[in-house]
Amino acid sequence: MSENMRLFGSGHGACPGCGLPIAVKSVLEATGPCFVANSTGCLEIISSQYGKSAWGVPYIHSVFENAAAVAAGIEAALKALGRKDEGPVVVFAGDGATADIGIGCLSGMFDRGHDVLYVCLDNEAYQNTGNQQSGLTPPGSSTTTTPAGKVLPGKVKAKKDMPAIALAHKARYVATASVAFPRDITRKVKRALEFEGPKYIQIHSVCVTGWGIDGKQAIPVARLAVETALYPLIEFEDGQLVRVRKIKDRKPVEEYLKPQRRFRHLFKHPKGKEVIAELQRVADENAKKFGLDA
Amino acid sequence: MGEKLRITLGAVSRPLESLKIKTGDWGAEYPVVIEENCKACGDCVVYCPDLCIELVETGEVDEKGRKKKVAKVNYDYCKGCGTCSVVCRHDAIKMEIKEIYKG
Amino acid sequence: MMKVVRGFYAVAYSVKLCRPDVICAYPITPQSEIVENIAQMYANGELGNCEYITAESEFGAASILVGASAAGARTYTATCSQGLILMSEVLWNAAGMRLPIVLTIANRSLSAPLSIWNDHQDSMAMRDAGIIQMYVENNQEVHDMMPQAFKIAENHKVLLPMMVCMDGYKLTHAYEPVDLLSQELVDEFLPPYDPPVKMTTKEPYTFGSYATPASYMEFRVAVYNAMERARKVIEDVYKEWAEISGRDWGGNIVAENCEDADVCVMAMGSLVGLVREVVKELRDEGKKVGFIKIRTFRPFPADEIAKAVDNAEKVIVFERSLSMGSDAPVTLDVKSAIHKKAIDVYSPVVGLGGRDVPQNLVKSIIEEVMENKVEPGTYFRGLKDYEEVIV
Repeated sequence: MSENMRLFGSGHGACPGCGLPIAVKSVLEATGPCFVANSTGCLEIISSQYGKSAWGVPYIHSVFENAAAVAAGIEAALKALGRKDEGPVVVFAGDGATADIGIGCLSGMFDRGHDVLYVCLDNEAYQNTGNQQSGLTPPGSSTTTTPAGKVLPGKVKAKKDMPAIALAHKARYVATASVAFPRDITRKVKRALEFEGPKYIQIHSVCVTGWGIDGKQAIPVARLAVETALYPLIEFEDGQLVRVRKIKDRKPVEEYLKPQRRFRHLFKHPKGKEVIAELQRVADENAKKFGLDA
Repeated sequence: MGEKLRITLGAVSRPLESLKIKTGDWGAEYPVVIEENCKACGDCVVYCPDLCIELVETGEVDEKGRKKKVAKVNYDYCKGCGTCSVVCRHDAIKMEIKEIYKG
Repeated sequence: MMKVVRGFYAVAYSVKLCRPDVICAYPITPQSEIVENIAQMYANGELGNCEYITAESEFGAASILVGASAAGARTYTATCSQGLILMSEVLWNAAGMRLPIVLTIANRSLSAPLSIWNDHQDSMAMRDAGIIQMYVENNQEVHDMMPQAFKIAENHKVLLPMMVCMDGYKLTHAYEPVDLLSQELVDEFLPPYDPPVKMTTKEPYTFGSYATPASYMEFRVAVYNAMERARKVIEDVYKEWAEISGRDWGGNIVAENCEDADVCVMAMGSLVGLVREVVKELRDEGKKVGFIKIRTFRPFPADEIAKAVDNAEKVIVFERSLSMGSDAPVTLDVKSAIHKKAIDVYSPVVGLGGRDVPQNLVKSIIEEVMENKVEPGTYFRGLKDYEEVIV
């Protein structure tokens, strides 16, 4: 049994090829023994059934929208009881739990400056309940609540800019990462833990069922999100952009969209070209804003 | 007389009880490590979503006197997603179809 | 030490003596002054190692206390009304997770229409959550109840959240003489919180597991049984308090002059003092009327009530809340408690949203029952004749 298997174990119920366990074990590799607060969602369901827990760290799930507050409470208790040295406090929450229903609790946790690492596992929709759109679903994605139809090309609105929201709260360390680069996740978590106060890392995590890809495509597709600049990997320390993952020969967004069932309609829908152009504009803007092109 | 159901205070669970769930029978495929190609880089270990690959010593020693290691899959848990074979840069893992799914 | 203080201070001072580890709250009228007083004590460095947190909502406050309690801290909050029902998702969860969070509720009505004034609709909405509920009649009682609440909630046979309910404004803002407890007495009565299981990296347990149909029902019945076990624990703690403090507030109910009474009158909260006085007056007039103060509402003291009203023909339950489409909540429980007896239950709903309940109204309500001028069931008193129009 390797070290990280003692913190998160095999036998969990994730779909074959799911990105979440890759993200979780890469985070735990850096934290070591820690306290985990988890929102309701995919990760919770695959790992915390009574009598079948996959966790080797103290773990708590309360309700959908309060993981940031629960983590804040754990941190406060450890402080009051003189047990801060037991380990860091980490939140794992999905994109919907973070950007939609739980944003109030997250804002409060940031604002009060709790010493908590908040990890948003971004699989870009409510995947546990069957691919309903969230604030982090990208435009053009056909979800069960924003399906592509004769008129509409899937989700119309933009992906919410959570890192900017974290930065506006003066979170001490803010970064994005991807399951395509697990060692990068571990490095970023190690760096984050050097900061006392709130930290936010958003990890792009593949959902094979919701995105409509085969398990074998999971990592290549996640990599394409980074290589097209649709998912820029960026790192801020005390508000300053300190590092980005440079991209050599940035690829057109079509290469990322094509393999995924959630975007397939864009290539024949009357509004598809427009949406693809908009996604390319977002990618170009990311590349310019963060200086991604090598 | 049936056995009593044991429930804990507030549904607190013991750690790592998932290990008793053998997910190895989920997939139609399984990975095979081609040991002579394996460079023990650990990529498959890092990526495996089911935490079921580790590097083990072969018992051999390389030209620099270091103990040789190779990737080993724990088939009790492998769901056959194929991620390891995709991320391997040394063509050291290939996916095979399980006997029962052939033909 | 006897001092004339306001209700919110009586609560805050008592909470301080209980040495909580984490206090977290969100301001809401008329609870705010409780937490404001605690905040001042924190600012003065009077709370030891306690972490005092201002949450972004009552929902956040309850959630923070779930994390803190699971990590092994003694936890406290105060709220009411909209704040309490905003907490409700988390409080149901806390009860199921068996986290002994203690709350003071400054009882207030629910919207719509918005009203900041007192009744019991807020705490009654939490009736089935798995939270112990008790109601106080004055500020000495709430001052005395806070250490008892921690002791009851944290008892290993119980491990449930507990609400100490005090009427908003009527008690929270009232000046009353209160014999303030000493730290020595509270320390002697209330040991530090010793959770049987907590979040720690030394024993990394999973809290808040989900249950399939194979075990969910047993977990919920376990909460039910913990509430049943609480009856005895509450009684024992009440008794122990009477001995150590010299103030005996009675058990889950306090029955007065019920043995020979034809009519037993029940009330909860700040109305208790007034109703008790009116009943005494009627006794003095030679009327066979008794009085029951209900202290503990969850678990409901059904046996005690059934026994107390054994010789009565009629029971009057003063209600400060209502259930749309049924009898008011306390009445439902009283009816259930005495269903084998031929006793008529009268359920006058009074004082919603701070409507005044004067002494002569209480007296006339009891008299009209004694004089057979009203039918049993739910009815409203102190209500204006009204007509509903569109705009």
